[in-house]
Amino acid sequence: MTVVVEPEPAQSAATATGHDLPGPVVFESSAFDQLLDAIKRRGFHVVGPMIRDGAICYDDLGSASDLPEGWTDEQEAAHYRLKKRDDDALFGYNVGPHSWKKYLFPPYARLSPPERPPDKRFAFIGVRSCELNAIAIQDRVFLGGHHKDRHYESRREDALIVAVNCGEAGGTCFCVSMDAGPRATRGFDIALTELLGDNGHRFLAEAGTTRGAEILTEVRTRPADAGDVGAASAATENAVASMGRAMPELDLRALLEGNYEHPRWDDVAARCLTCGNCTMVCPTCFCFSIEDISGLSSDSATGDPERHRSWDSCFTLDHSYLHGGSVRVSDRSRYRQWMTHKLATWIDQFGTSGCVGCGRCITWCPAGIDITEEVAAIAADS
Amino acid sequence: MPQTLEPLLRDHAFFAGLEPGYLALIVGCAANEVYPADAFLFREGEPAQTFYLIREGKVALEVAAPGRGALVVQTLGEGDVVGFSWLIAPHRWEFDGRAVEPVRALRMDGTCLRAKFDDDPRLGYELMRRFAGLTVNRLQATRLQLLDVYGRAHDH
Amino acid sequence: MCTAVRTITDSTAQDEPGPTARARGDASSWVETERWEVAGIRRESPDVVTLDLAPPRPFEFLPGQFNMLYAPGIGEVPISISGDPVDHGHVLHTIRDVGPVTRALCALRQGERVGVRGPYGTSWPVAGAEGGDLVIVAGGIGLPPLRPALYQALGRRDSYGRIVLLYGARTPADLLFADELSAWRARFDLHVSVTVDAADLDWRGNVGVVPDLLRRAPFDPGAATAFVVGPEIMIRFTVRALLAAGVTDDRVYLSTERNMQCAVAMCGHCQLGPYLVCRDGPVFSHRQVGRWLGIREA
Repeated sequence: MTVVVEPEPAQSAATATGHDLPGPVVFESSAFDQLLDAIKRRGFHVVGPMIRDGAICYDDLGSASDLPEGWTDEQEAAHYRLKKRDDDALFGYNVGPHSWKKYLFPPYARLSPPERPPDKRFAFIGVRSCELNAIAIQDRVFLGGHHKDRHYESRREDALIVAVNCGEAGGTCFCVSMDAGPRATRGFDIALTELLGDNGHRFLAEAGTTRGAEILTEVRTRPADAGDVGAASAATENAVASMGRAMPELDLRALLEGNYEHPRWDDVAARCLTCGNCTMVCPTCFCFSIEDISGLSSDSATGDPERHRSWDSCFTLDHSYLHGGSVRVSDRSRYRQWMTHKLATWIDQFGTSGCVGCGRCITWCPAGIDITEEVAAIAADS
Repeated sequence: MPQTLEPLLRDHAFFAGLEPGYLALIVGCAANEVYPADAFLFREGEPAQTFYLIREGKVALEVAAPGRGALVVQTLGEGDVVGFSWLIAPHRWEFDGRAVEPVRALRMDGTCLRAKFDDDPRLGYELMRRFAGLTVNRLQATRLQLLDVYGRAHDH
Repeated sequence: MCTAVRTITDSTAQDEPGPTARARGDASSWVETERWEVAGIRRESPDVVTLDLAPPRPFEFLPGQFNMLYAPGIGEVPISISGDPVDHGHVLHTIRDVGPVTRALCALRQGERVGVRGPYGTSWPVAGAEGGDLVIVAGGIGLPPLRPALYQALGRRDSYGRIVLLYGARTPADLLFADELSAWRARFDLHVSVTVDAADLDWRGNVGVVPDLLRRAPFDPGAATAFVVGPEIMIRFTVRALLAAGVTDDRVYLSTERNMQCAVAMCGHCQLGPYLVCRDGPVFSHRQVGRWLGIREA
């Protein structure tokens, strides 16, 4: 049994929950720029997917023409390739090496003196359901405890989220078995389902907040009809049906916390390079280390040296450094730490699973290690 | 009739659980000793045919090192047993045993006891079993000491 | 396919350590430190110094809690508060020189300033131990985090049965709080036993390990609570001896250490299985944490 938290709606006066919002509408794919323009007019910093360096990455989105139109990603363990589609879908891919933590929890940031919050709030275009869940999971870490992280909060609060519902599963996806998709149900301002086919290339758009609904009024839309709604449901069903893997339906916490000495850990350790790719691409990994910068740069107000933070990974030897040595030295102990944290002890620490089934760790692992397979192997003989 | 040392034996932790009949059998091998502070109970190299059950006070096991004075390897106190050398050849004390503070102890005569063990091997088994337990504890404690767990921090 | 909220309730609910006094939370960024003045310094041993820091306003903490001490430009480390919890104007931190940050802290002089944020962490269940015997077992630099608990218990002496302090160090020169140890020894309502791994010529005390002190300590295992701090190996041996004596593992508490950077449950470094040591510890019951400390990491 997996535990996932529902994403909270963005905390702002412009939002509302549920039932007083208008019903779904449809707009033509050619009108996509109207959506982007409506968002830009409201002063958002718009970021979204585009092709860069042979992958679909997140970056500043100028217009709909920046989107990876007609491209898809072919993913398997240790494999990622872009492939041309035979249609002109704007969101016909799943997830790339970037996740939205790139913006909410940047790889490198100054903690002290505090950075000025960005002038503009972020608008994220093309957020998958797994990613919505991942954002909610990081919200718990950075905002859900006794202390809030102001740096994260300043980027998270009032961020506009335009979600996109997947019409097919990616090669390494398993969000269904992690209860994290494929359909976005909460936590977005607008959710889009891209529909292609006989009735034209169009988007079904659902407003999740008042401001999402307002934005949609500035796009040329028509109310969704039964056909549109049916097509959107069919797209979701197709995503579910095409999912190629699943996390075993087990109490992962009991399984993993009860199997710290399972021989499988030696087996995976022999393959794992401890390169940390998985932790970099994972949308929920949150470890960071603090750096003290001594030297010429200092805060003019207090004269204090600066303090920065940067992403850290439990795969590094230093991660568990204590008194002249590290607690976790072997590859085995570090891989075990990552996997048991992601799937089991995260639940104890934060009340949810750390995994949303996005499959990035499988795709970007040079050794092709697949956590669903590792869990199955441990479950098979425990 | 003078009081025997049986109650003192019975009170010492080493003999806990030993059948009263056996206590009566071995009380003749026991002598009640008192040592003032800094007196030696035994010295390194001397023949070892006895062991001591400490009733009160503290005994230091020491080794004399030229230029370093006396190094204490362990102190033993009330309830402890001092002296394993009588068990094995060459039956010589490995360390000095010095009373750190006034000590009351029961000195047990090993030769006397061994004669009783020959008569009743089960008595021998009972006491050897106790000595085995003490030796294991002593070994574990010594290993913990060797680990130097509080040791100086590593520089980095 | 639902995305319902399902929150796992706190699995550490039973045998929890004592309450937590919270560090200033929302008013500022969690990383901000305040500058406190060094009001006094005391050298406890060749590599250990106690800093007496003056907070800018009355500061409260619970025994077992720690502050993050910041040496600007060098770094920050978690240091257990080692003074009396009733003293809100003098906050003592006993620090061992083990690296660049602690070396800088140990080199501070009176009048200089150090960055402080806190307090953080869980506390010793001193009140929870009332009504029975209290056994405090310290190894090496483990005594400072326990001293506040001892102060608190002695402040309500009648609420306890026997109070026992067992303390082990490497050599007599490494014994901390020497003056206080003498004073404690002189009390009739406190049993103090000290031992060292290796003695010097002048030492007339015990030589041997802390678990052996336990064997001779006067307390009722069936009605005792134990607080243990020291190197992990020493904790393991000591806990073994406590459990063998009959103290139950929900009445044995220890303070653990892990790599700690944020101290606010965000950076991920201090994980110990399901726990974050900065938030769910550093004080844990052995029942909570025994199995996690026993996992062979290597």
